[in-house]
Amino acid sequence: MKKIEAIIKPHMLDDVKATLTALGVQGLTAYEVKGFGRQKGHTEIYRGNEYTIDFVPKTKIEVVVDDDLAPRVEDAIVEAARTGKIGDGKVFTYDVESAIRIRTGERGPEAV
Amino acid sequence: MPNVNPGDTSWLLASAALVLFMTPGLALFYGGMVRSKNVLSTIMYSVIAMGVVTILWALLGYTLAFGPDVGGVIGRLDFAGLRNVFGAVTPYAPTVPMPAFVAYQCMFAIISPALISGAFAERMTFRAWVLMLAVWSLAVYAPMAHWVWGGGWLQQLGVIDFAGETVIHLTSAGAALACVLVIGKRRGHGAEEYHPHNLPMTLLGAGILWFGWFGFNGGSALASNGIAANAFLATHLAAAAGMLSWLVVEAWHAGKPTTLGAASGAVAGLVGITPAAGFVGPGAAIAIGLVVGAACYFGVSMKSKLGYDDALDVLGIHGVGGVSGMILTGVFATVAVNAAGKNGLLAGNPALLGSELVGVVAAFGYSFLVTFVVLKVIEKTVGLRAEPDAELSGLDLSEHAETAYIWQ
Repeated sequence: MKKIEAIIKPHMLDDVKATLTALGVQGLTAYEVKGFGRQKGHTEIYRGNEYTIDFVPKTKIEVVVDDDLAPRVEDAIVEAARTGKIGDGKVFTYDVESAIRIRTGERGPEAV
Repeated sequence: MPNVNPGDTSWLLASAALVLFMTPGLALFYGGMVRSKNVLSTIMYSVIAMGVVTILWALLGYTLAFGPDVGGVIGRLDFAGLRNVFGAVTPYAPTVPMPAFVAYQCMFAIISPALISGAFAERMTFRAWVLMLAVWSLAVYAPMAHWVWGGGWLQQLGVIDFAGETVIHLTSAGAALACVLVIGKRRGHGAEEYHPHNLPMTLLGAGILWFGWFGFNGGSALASNGIAANAFLATHLAAAAGMLSWLVVEAWHAGKPTTLGAASGAVAGLVGITPAAGFVGPGAAIAIGLVVGAACYFGVSMKSKLGYDDALDVLGIHGVGGVSGMILTGVFATVAVNAAGKNGLLAGNPALLGSELVGVVAAFGYSFLVTFVVLKVIEKTVGLRAEPDAELSGLDLSEHAETAYIWQ
Protein backbone atom coordinates (compact mmCIF):
# COMPACT_ATOMS: atom_id res chain seq x y z
CA MET A 1 0.00 0.00 0.00
CA LYS A 2 1.13 3.52 -0.65
CA LYS A 3 0.28 6.77 1.08
CA ILE A 4 0.14 9.68 -1.29
CA GLU A 5 0.34 13.17 0.20
CA ALA A 6 -0.28 16.26 -1.86
CA ILE A 7 -0.07 19.91 -0.95
CA ILE A 8 -2.31 21.80 -3.33
CA LYS A 9 -3.97 25.16 -3.76
CA PRO A 10 -7.14 25.19 -1.64
CA HIS A 11 -9.48 26.00 -4.50
CA MET A 12 -8.31 22.94 -6.46
CA LEU A 13 -9.56 20.50 -3.85
CA ASP A 14 -12.93 19.88 -5.46
CA ASP A 15 -11.38 19.04 -8.84
CA VAL A 16 -8.83 16.71 -7.26
CA LYS A 17 -11.49 14.97 -5.20
CA ALA A 18 -13.69 14.46 -8.26
CA THR A 19 -10.83 13.01 -10.29
CA LEU A 20 -9.79 10.61 -7.52
CA THR A 21 -13.33 9.45 -6.91
CA ALA A 22 -13.67 8.72 -10.62
CA LEU A 23 -10.52 6.60 -10.38
CA GLY A 24 -12.03 4.46 -7.63
CA VAL A 25 -10.32 5.99 -4.62
CA GLN A 26 -12.75 5.48 -1.75
CA GLY A 27 -11.28 7.59 1.05
CA LEU A 28 -9.39 10.84 1.39
CA THR A 29 -8.33 13.15 4.21
CA ALA A 30 -7.92 16.88 3.66
CA TYR A 31 -6.69 19.55 6.00
CA GLU A 32 -5.98 23.25 5.91
CA VAL A 33 -2.33 24.08 6.25
CA LYS A 34 -0.10 26.99 5.49
CA GLY A 35 3.24 26.90 3.82
CA PHE A 36 5.59 28.32 1.29
CA GLY A 37 7.95 27.00 -1.32
CA ARG A 38 9.33 29.20 -3.99
CA GLN A 39 6.02 31.09 -4.15
CA LYS A 40 6.62 34.33 -2.33
CA GLY A 41 4.17 35.58 0.29
CA HIS A 42 2.17 38.76 0.02
CA THR A 43 1.98 42.15 1.67
CA GLU A 44 -0.79 43.22 4.03
CA ILE A 45 -1.48 46.68 5.43
CA TYR A 46 -2.63 47.44 8.99
CA ARG A 47 -3.10 51.07 9.91
CA GLY A 48 -0.41 52.31 7.60
CA ASN A 49 2.15 49.62 8.36
CA GLU A 50 3.11 47.04 5.76
CA TYR A 51 3.66 43.45 6.80
CA THR A 52 5.08 40.65 4.68
CA ILE A 53 3.16 37.42 5.12
CA ASP A 54 5.39 34.47 4.18
CA PHE A 55 2.89 31.70 4.66
CA VAL A 56 0.25 31.00 2.05
CA PRO A 57 -2.87 28.96 2.80
CA LYS A 58 -2.76 25.50 1.23
CA THR A 59 -4.70 22.27 1.45
CA LYS A 60 -3.00 18.98 2.18
CA ILE A 61 -4.65 15.75 1.11
CA GLU A 62 -3.76 12.20 1.97
CA VAL A 63 -4.93 9.00 0.36
CA VAL A 64 -3.85 5.41 1.00
CA VAL A 65 -4.24 3.07 -1.99
CA ASP A 66 -3.09 -0.27 -3.39
CA ASP A 67 0.39 -0.29 -4.91
CA ASP A 68 -0.93 -0.73 -8.46
CA LEU A 69 -3.35 2.21 -8.20
CA ALA A 70 -0.69 4.54 -6.80
CA PRO A 71 0.95 5.76 -10.04
CA ARG A 72 -2.44 6.58 -11.58
CA VAL A 73 -3.43 8.47 -8.40
CA GLU A 74 -0.21 10.50 -8.50
CA ASP A 75 -0.78 11.44 -12.14
CA ALA A 76 -4.43 12.27 -11.49
CA ILE A 77 -3.59 14.62 -8.64
CA VAL A 78 -0.91 16.38 -10.65
CA GLU A 79 -3.26 16.79 -13.61
CA ALA A 80 -6.24 18.00 -11.56
CA ALA A 81 -4.33 20.33 -9.25
CA ARG A 82 -2.15 22.06 -11.83
CA THR A 83 -2.91 25.66 -12.72
CA GLY A 84 0.44 26.39 -14.32
CA LYS A 85 1.20 29.21 -11.87
CA ILE A 86 3.79 29.20 -9.09
CA GLY A 87 2.47 27.59 -5.90
CA ASP A 88 0.67 24.61 -7.45
CA GLY A 89 2.22 22.37 -4.82
CA LYS A 90 3.88 18.97 -4.51
CA VAL A 91 3.04 15.26 -4.34
CA PHE A 92 4.91 12.78 -2.14
CA THR A 93 4.49 9.04 -1.93
CA TYR A 94 5.39 6.78 0.99
CA ASP A 95 5.18 3.08 1.80
CA VAL A 96 2.50 2.13 4.28
CA GLU A 97 3.46 -0.52 6.81
CA SER A 98 -0.07 -1.51 7.89
CA ALA A 99 -3.68 -0.39 7.61
CA ILE A 100 -6.64 -1.32 9.84
CA ARG A 101 -10.35 -0.51 9.45
CA ILE A 102 -11.50 0.49 12.93
CA ARG A 103 -15.11 -0.65 12.61
CA THR A 104 -14.41 -4.21 11.49
CA GLY A 105 -10.80 -4.86 12.38
CA GLU A 106 -9.90 -5.74 8.76
CA ARG A 107 -6.22 -5.44 7.98
CA GLY A 108 -4.10 -4.84 4.93
CA PRO A 109 -5.38 -3.92 1.44
CA GLU A 110 -9.00 -4.85 2.45
CA ALA A 111 -8.89 -2.04 5.01
CA VAL A 112 -8.12 0.46 2.26
CA MET B 1 -41.72 66.55 39.82
CA PRO B 2 -41.44 70.09 38.46
CA ASN B 3 -40.65 70.81 34.82
CA VAL B 4 -39.88 67.25 33.72
CA ASN B 5 -40.11 67.18 29.94
CA PRO B 6 -41.13 63.85 28.43
CA GLY B 7 -39.31 64.44 25.14
CA ASP B 8 -36.06 65.36 26.88
CA THR B 9 -36.38 62.43 29.25
CA SER B 10 -37.02 59.84 26.56
CA TRP B 11 -34.16 61.03 24.42
CA LEU B 12 -31.80 61.05 27.40
CA LEU B 13 -32.78 57.54 28.43
CA ALA B 14 -32.44 56.28 24.87
CA SER B 15 -29.07 58.01 24.63
CA ALA B 16 -27.94 56.34 27.84
CA ALA B 17 -28.70 52.97 26.27
CA LEU B 18 -26.83 53.97 23.10
CA VAL B 19 -23.75 55.01 25.04
CA LEU B 20 -23.78 51.84 27.11
CA PHE B 21 -23.85 49.81 23.91
CA MET B 22 -20.61 51.53 22.87
CA THR B 23 -18.68 49.68 25.57
CA PRO B 24 -19.32 46.15 24.26
CA GLY B 25 -18.88 47.72 20.82
CA LEU B 26 -15.46 48.97 21.86
CA ALA B 27 -14.70 45.54 23.28
CA LEU B 28 -15.35 43.99 19.86
CA PHE B 29 -13.48 46.77 18.03
CA TYR B 30 -10.39 46.11 20.13
CA GLY B 31 -10.96 42.36 20.36
CA GLY B 32 -10.76 41.84 16.63
CA MET B 33 -7.44 43.65 16.46
CA VAL B 34 -5.52 41.48 18.92
CA ARG B 35 -4.28 37.93 18.45
CA SER B 36 -6.87 35.21 19.08
CA LYS B 37 -5.13 34.01 22.25
CA ASN B 38 -5.87 37.40 23.84
CA VAL B 39 -9.30 38.24 22.46
CA LEU B 40 -11.27 37.38 25.59
CA SER B 41 -8.95 39.21 27.96
CA THR B 42 -9.09 42.25 25.69
CA ILE B 43 -12.89 42.15 25.64
CA MET B 44 -12.94 41.67 29.38
CA TYR B 45 -10.95 44.87 30.03
CA SER B 46 -13.97 46.75 28.65
CA VAL B 47 -16.73 44.50 29.93
CA ILE B 48 -15.49 44.58 33.53
CA ALA B 49 -15.80 48.36 33.48
CA MET B 50 -19.53 47.90 32.98
CA GLY B 51 -19.59 46.20 36.37
CA VAL B 52 -16.98 48.00 38.45
CA VAL B 53 -17.53 51.55 37.27
CA THR B 54 -21.30 51.30 37.56
CA ILE B 55 -21.21 50.39 41.23
CA LEU B 56 -18.53 52.95 42.04
CA TRP B 57 -20.52 55.56 40.14
CA ALA B 58 -23.52 54.83 42.32
CA LEU B 59 -21.52 54.85 45.53
CA LEU B 60 -19.32 57.87 44.95
CA GLY B 61 -18.60 58.75 41.33
CA TYR B 62 -21.83 60.55 40.57
CA THR B 63 -21.71 62.75 43.61
CA LEU B 64 -18.03 63.61 43.16
CA ALA B 65 -18.73 64.62 39.56
CA PHE B 66 -22.09 66.32 39.85
CA GLY B 67 -22.67 67.05 43.52
CA PRO B 68 -22.79 70.70 44.59
CA ASP B 69 -19.45 72.28 43.76
CA VAL B 70 -16.75 72.67 46.39
CA GLY B 71 -14.09 75.16 45.42
CA GLY B 72 -14.28 74.37 41.72
CA VAL B 73 -12.50 71.11 42.42
CA ILE B 74 -15.01 68.41 43.39
CA GLY B 75 -18.66 67.73 44.13
CA ARG B 76 -20.07 67.41 47.62
CA LEU B 77 -21.27 64.06 48.95
CA ASP B 78 -24.98 65.00 48.85
CA PHE B 79 -25.64 62.17 46.39
CA ALA B 80 -23.29 59.52 47.77
CA GLY B 81 -24.87 56.11 47.40
CA LEU B 82 -27.39 57.84 45.10
CA ARG B 83 -29.35 59.16 48.07
CA ASN B 84 -31.47 62.25 47.35
CA VAL B 85 -31.51 61.30 43.66
CA PHE B 86 -35.01 59.93 43.25
CA GLY B 87 -37.48 62.73 42.71
CA ALA B 88 -34.72 65.30 42.29
CA VAL B 89 -33.59 67.33 39.32
CA THR B 90 -30.05 68.44 38.57
CA PRO B 91 -29.24 72.02 37.54
CA TYR B 92 -27.15 70.55 34.71
CA ALA B 93 -30.22 68.93 33.11
CA PRO B 94 -33.20 70.73 34.59
CA THR B 95 -35.90 69.14 32.44
CA VAL B 96 -35.23 65.48 33.20
CA PRO B 97 -35.51 63.37 36.35
CA MET B 98 -32.14 63.09 38.06
CA PRO B 99 -32.01 59.28 37.74
CA ALA B 100 -31.98 59.70 33.97
CA PHE B 101 -29.03 62.06 34.23
CA VAL B 102 -27.26 59.71 36.64
CA ALA B 103 -27.74 56.80 34.24
CA TYR B 104 -26.59 58.79 31.22
CA GLN B 105 -23.45 60.05 32.85
CA CYS B 106 -22.71 56.59 34.25
CA MET B 107 -22.33 55.23 30.70
CA PHE B 108 -19.63 57.79 29.93
CA ALA B 109 -17.84 56.90 33.13
CA ILE B 110 -17.84 53.28 31.96
CA ILE B 111 -16.46 53.74 28.46
CA SER B 112 -13.81 56.26 29.37
CA PRO B 113 -11.43 53.85 31.13
CA ALA B 114 -12.31 51.04 28.73
CA LEU B 115 -10.67 53.11 25.97
CA ILE B 116 -7.34 52.96 27.79
CA SER B 117 -7.18 49.18 27.45
CA GLY B 118 -6.14 49.44 23.82
CA ALA B 119 -2.75 50.67 24.93
CA PHE B 120 -1.83 47.84 27.30
CA ALA B 121 -3.70 44.99 25.61
CA GLU B 122 -2.05 41.58 25.48
CA ARG B 123 0.02 42.10 28.63
CA MET B 124 -1.71 43.69 31.64
CA THR B 125 -3.16 41.26 34.17
CA PHE B 126 -6.87 41.39 34.89
CA ARG B 127 -6.28 41.94 38.60
CA ALA B 128 -4.02 44.93 37.98
CA TRP B 129 -6.55 46.40 35.58
CA VAL B 130 -9.47 46.10 38.00
CA LEU B 131 -7.48 47.95 40.66
CA MET B 132 -6.37 50.62 38.18
CA LEU B 133 -9.92 50.96 36.87
CA ALA B 134 -11.48 51.47 40.28
CA VAL B 135 -8.98 54.12 41.34
CA TRP B 136 -9.01 55.89 37.98
CA SER B 137 -12.76 56.10 37.87
CA LEU B 138 -12.89 57.95 41.18
CA ALA B 139 -9.59 59.84 41.11
CA VAL B 140 -9.48 60.93 37.46
CA TYR B 141 -12.84 60.54 35.73
CA ALA B 142 -15.14 61.93 38.41
CA PRO B 143 -13.04 65.03 39.15
CA MET B 144 -12.51 65.65 35.45
CA ALA B 145 -16.27 65.46 34.80
CA HIS B 146 -16.75 67.90 37.63
CA TRP B 147 -14.14 70.32 36.28
CA VAL B 148 -15.67 70.44 32.79
CA TRP B 149 -19.38 69.82 33.34
CA GLY B 150 -20.11 69.97 37.07
CA GLY B 151 -19.34 73.62 37.75
CA GLY B 152 -15.63 73.08 38.20
CA TRP B 153 -12.64 75.27 37.34
CA LEU B 154 -12.25 74.33 33.68
CA GLN B 155 -15.86 75.18 33.00
CA GLN B 156 -15.41 78.44 34.89
CA LEU B 157 -12.34 79.15 32.77
CA GLY B 158 -14.40 78.97 29.59
CA VAL B 159 -13.52 75.51 28.26
CA ILE B 160 -16.36 74.18 26.12
CA ASP B 161 -16.54 70.46 25.44
CA PHE B 162 -19.92 69.31 24.23
CA ALA B 163 -19.71 65.58 24.79
CA GLY B 164 -16.43 64.88 26.53
CA GLU B 165 -13.27 65.15 24.45
CA THR B 166 -11.39 66.22 27.55
CA VAL B 167 -13.31 64.13 30.07
CA ILE B 168 -13.27 60.91 28.10
CA HIS B 169 -10.84 60.88 25.21
CA LEU B 170 -7.95 63.01 26.42
CA THR B 171 -7.99 61.48 29.88
CA SER B 172 -7.86 58.03 28.30
CA ALA B 173 -5.02 59.11 26.06
CA GLY B 174 -3.06 60.54 29.01
CA ALA B 175 -3.61 57.33 30.95
CA ALA B 176 -2.64 55.30 27.87
CA LEU B 177 0.69 57.10 27.69
CA ALA B 178 1.33 56.35 31.35
CA CYS B 179 0.47 52.70 30.72
CA VAL B 180 2.80 52.25 27.77
CA LEU B 181 5.65 53.89 29.66
CA VAL B 182 5.21 51.84 32.84
CA ILE B 183 4.15 48.46 31.50
CA GLY B 184 6.49 48.36 28.54
CA LYS B 185 6.32 46.60 25.21
CA ARG B 186 4.76 43.29 24.35
CA ARG B 187 7.05 40.31 24.13
CA GLY B 188 8.54 40.15 20.69
CA HIS B 189 7.77 43.77 19.88
CA GLY B 190 10.04 44.94 17.10
CA ALA B 191 10.92 41.43 16.01
CA GLU B 192 7.49 39.86 15.70
CA GLU B 193 4.57 41.17 13.74
CA TYR B 194 1.14 41.20 15.32
CA HIS B 195 -1.94 40.99 13.13
CA PRO B 196 -5.61 41.54 13.85
CA HIS B 197 -7.14 38.08 14.16
CA ASN B 198 -10.72 38.98 13.27
CA LEU B 199 -11.31 42.14 11.27
CA PRO B 200 -15.02 41.41 10.80
CA MET B 201 -15.29 41.66 14.61
CA THR B 202 -13.49 44.99 14.54
CA LEU B 203 -15.76 46.32 11.81
CA LEU B 204 -18.83 45.23 13.78
CA GLY B 205 -17.44 47.04 16.81
CA ALA B 206 -16.85 50.17 14.75
CA GLY B 207 -20.42 50.10 13.52
CA ILE B 208 -21.70 49.82 17.08
CA LEU B 209 -19.48 52.71 18.15
CA TRP B 210 -20.80 54.92 15.32
CA PHE B 211 -24.38 53.99 16.25
CA GLY B 212 -23.81 54.57 19.96
CA TRP B 213 -22.06 57.88 19.32
CA PHE B 214 -25.41 59.37 18.32
CA GLY B 215 -26.30 59.01 21.98
CA PHE B 216 -22.84 60.12 23.12
CA ASN B 217 -23.03 63.40 21.20
CA GLY B 218 -26.75 63.76 20.53
CA GLY B 219 -27.67 63.01 24.12
CA SER B 220 -25.19 65.56 25.42
CA ALA B 221 -27.71 68.25 24.57
CA LEU B 222 -29.49 66.87 27.64
CA ALA B 223 -32.68 67.80 25.85
CA SER B 224 -34.68 66.73 22.84
CA ASN B 225 -34.29 69.79 20.68
CA GLY B 226 -32.52 71.48 17.80
CA ILE B 227 -29.13 71.29 19.50
CA ALA B 228 -29.51 67.53 19.91
CA ALA B 229 -30.50 67.20 16.28
CA ASN B 230 -27.57 69.32 15.20
CA ALA B 231 -25.19 67.29 17.32
CA PHE B 232 -26.60 64.05 15.91
CA LEU B 233 -26.16 65.26 12.34
CA ALA B 234 -22.71 66.72 12.96
CA THR B 235 -21.65 63.39 14.46
CA HIS B 236 -22.74 61.51 11.40
CA LEU B 237 -21.12 63.93 8.97
CA ALA B 238 -17.83 63.84 10.82
CA ALA B 239 -17.77 60.04 10.94
CA ALA B 240 -18.36 59.82 7.20
CA ALA B 241 -15.79 62.49 6.43
CA GLY B 242 -13.28 60.89 8.75
CA MET B 243 -13.68 57.54 7.05
CA LEU B 244 -13.23 58.96 3.58
CA SER B 245 -10.32 61.14 4.58
CA TRP B 246 -8.44 58.21 6.12
CA LEU B 247 -9.14 55.97 3.13
CA VAL B 248 -7.91 58.52 0.62
CA VAL B 249 -4.72 59.15 2.57
CA GLU B 250 -4.21 55.43 3.09
CA ALA B 251 -4.69 54.55 -0.56
CA TRP B 252 -2.18 57.22 -1.53
CA HIS B 253 0.33 56.49 1.23
CA ALA B 254 0.18 52.71 1.64
CA GLY B 255 -1.28 51.62 -1.66
CA LYS B 256 -4.69 50.26 -0.73
CA PRO B 257 -7.78 51.44 1.19
CA THR B 258 -8.39 48.90 3.97
CA THR B 259 -11.40 47.91 6.03
CA LEU B 260 -9.42 48.59 9.20
CA GLY B 261 -8.70 52.01 7.77
CA ALA B 262 -12.38 52.65 7.12
CA ALA B 263 -13.24 51.69 10.70
CA SER B 264 -10.38 53.71 12.15
CA GLY B 265 -11.12 56.77 10.05
CA ALA B 266 -14.76 56.79 11.08
CA VAL B 267 -13.78 56.50 14.74
CA ALA B 268 -11.23 59.29 14.28
CA GLY B 269 -13.92 61.55 12.82
CA LEU B 270 -16.20 60.71 15.71
CA VAL B 271 -13.49 61.50 18.24
CA GLY B 272 -12.83 64.80 16.47
CA ILE B 273 -16.44 65.98 16.47
CA THR B 274 -17.07 65.04 20.11
CA PRO B 275 -16.30 68.43 21.67
CA ALA B 276 -17.79 70.37 18.75
CA ALA B 277 -21.01 68.52 17.92
CA GLY B 278 -23.37 70.95 19.62
CA PHE B 279 -21.45 74.08 18.74
CA VAL B 280 -20.73 73.90 15.01
CA GLY B 281 -22.63 73.73 11.74
CA PRO B 282 -22.62 70.92 9.19
CA GLY B 283 -19.86 72.37 7.02
CA ALA B 284 -17.58 72.61 10.01
CA ALA B 285 -18.49 69.04 11.01
CA ILE B 286 -17.39 67.75 7.63
CA ALA B 287 -14.21 69.81 7.78
CA ILE B 288 -13.45 68.45 11.24
CA GLY B 289 -13.97 64.89 10.07
CA LEU B 290 -11.70 65.38 7.07
CA VAL B 291 -8.89 66.96 9.08
CA VAL B 292 -9.01 64.60 12.05
CA GLY B 293 -9.28 61.51 9.85
CA ALA B 294 -6.06 62.44 8.08
CA ALA B 295 -4.34 63.63 11.25
CA CYS B 296 -5.04 60.35 13.01
CA TYR B 297 -3.78 58.34 10.04
CA PHE B 298 -0.41 59.94 10.58
CA GLY B 299 -0.94 59.93 14.34
CA VAL B 300 -0.88 56.14 14.45
CA SER B 301 2.53 56.07 12.82
CA MET B 302 3.96 58.10 15.72
CA LYS B 303 4.49 54.97 17.75
CA SER B 304 6.84 53.35 15.27
CA LYS B 305 8.89 56.54 15.15
CA LEU B 306 8.95 57.03 18.90
CA GLY B 307 9.32 53.37 19.75
CA TYR B 308 6.54 52.80 22.29
CA ASP B 309 4.04 49.95 22.15
CA ASP B 310 0.55 51.46 22.12
CA ALA B 311 -0.97 48.22 20.93
CA LEU B 312 -4.25 49.51 19.53
CA ASP B 313 -3.39 53.16 18.91
CA VAL B 314 -5.17 54.88 21.79
CA LEU B 315 -2.71 57.78 21.53
CA GLY B 316 -2.81 57.87 17.76
CA ILE B 317 -6.59 58.15 17.64
CA HIS B 318 -7.90 59.42 20.97
CA GLY B 319 -4.81 61.49 21.70
CA VAL B 320 -4.23 63.05 18.30
CA GLY B 321 -7.97 63.08 17.59
CA GLY B 322 -8.71 64.58 20.97
CA VAL B 323 -6.23 67.41 20.63
CA SER B 324 -7.32 68.14 17.05
CA GLY B 325 -10.98 68.07 18.01
CA MET B 326 -10.49 70.58 20.80
CA ILE B 327 -8.44 72.90 18.60
CA LEU B 328 -11.00 72.73 15.80
CA THR B 329 -13.77 73.43 18.31
CA GLY B 330 -11.82 76.55 19.21
CA VAL B 331 -11.80 77.40 15.51
CA PHE B 332 -15.34 76.60 14.43
CA ALA B 333 -17.60 77.08 17.48
CA THR B 334 -20.31 79.65 16.99
CA VAL B 335 -23.21 80.92 19.07
CA ALA B 336 -25.18 81.07 15.84
CA VAL B 337 -25.54 77.30 16.22
CA ASN B 338 -25.83 77.20 20.00
CA ALA B 339 -26.52 80.35 21.98
CA ALA B 340 -25.40 78.58 25.15
CA GLY B 341 -21.99 77.90 23.63
CA LYS B 342 -19.23 80.30 22.68
CA ASN B 343 -17.73 81.84 19.60
CA GLY B 344 -14.45 80.52 18.34
CA LEU B 345 -11.71 81.84 16.08
CA LEU B 346 -13.75 82.06 12.87
CA ALA B 347 -16.59 83.81 14.70
CA GLY B 348 -14.15 86.44 15.92
CA ASN B 349 -13.04 85.05 19.29
CA PRO B 350 -9.53 83.55 19.19
CA ALA B 351 -9.51 83.37 22.99
CA LEU B 352 -11.56 80.20 22.84
CA LEU B 353 -8.57 78.40 21.33
CA GLY B 354 -6.63 79.26 24.43
CA SER B 355 -9.31 77.88 26.74
CA GLU B 356 -9.59 74.69 24.71
CA LEU B 357 -5.85 74.14 24.92
CA VAL B 358 -5.96 74.59 28.68
CA GLY B 359 -8.61 71.89 28.74
CA VAL B 360 -6.40 69.62 26.64
CA VAL B 361 -3.37 70.03 28.86
CA ALA B 362 -5.36 69.69 32.08
CA ALA B 363 -7.11 66.52 30.95
CA PHE B 364 -4.11 64.79 29.43
CA GLY B 365 -1.66 65.94 32.06
CA TYR B 366 -3.74 65.22 35.14
CA SER B 367 -4.75 61.79 33.91
CA PHE B 368 -1.18 60.97 32.91
CA LEU B 369 0.22 61.92 36.30
CA VAL B 370 -2.36 60.14 38.44
CA THR B 371 -2.30 57.04 36.25
CA PHE B 372 1.49 56.91 36.29
CA VAL B 373 1.60 57.01 40.09
CA VAL B 374 -1.14 54.43 40.53
CA LEU B 375 0.50 52.09 38.02
CA LYS B 376 3.79 52.31 39.85
CA VAL B 377 2.06 51.43 43.11
CA ILE B 378 0.28 48.48 41.52
CA GLU B 379 3.52 47.37 39.87
CA LYS B 380 5.30 47.30 43.23
CA THR B 381 2.46 45.55 45.06
CA VAL B 382 0.36 43.04 43.16
CA GLY B 383 2.24 43.37 39.88
CA LEU B 384 1.13 44.76 36.59
CA ARG B 385 2.17 42.45 33.83
CA ALA B 386 1.45 38.84 32.92
CA GLU B 387 4.37 36.44 33.33
CA PRO B 388 6.35 35.82 30.14
CA ASP B 389 4.96 32.28 29.77
CA ALA B 390 1.43 33.54 30.23
CA GLU B 391 2.02 36.23 27.65
CA LEU B 392 3.23 33.56 25.24
CA SER B 393 0.31 31.17 25.64
CA GLY B 394 -2.16 34.02 25.86
CA LEU B 395 -3.96 36.00 28.54
CA ASP B 396 -7.31 34.35 27.83
CA LEU B 397 -5.90 31.25 29.48
CA SER B 398 -3.80 32.88 32.19
CA GLU B 399 -6.36 35.45 33.32
CA HIS B 400 -9.65 33.74 32.62
CA ALA B 401 -8.93 30.04 32.00
CA GLU B 402 -10.81 30.32 28.71
CA THR B 403 -10.19 29.76 25.03
CA ALA B 404 -12.14 31.88 22.61
CA TYR B 405 -12.24 29.56 19.62
CA ILE B 406 -12.43 25.83 20.02
CA TRP B 407 -12.43 23.99 16.73
CA GLN B 408 -14.74 21.17 17.78
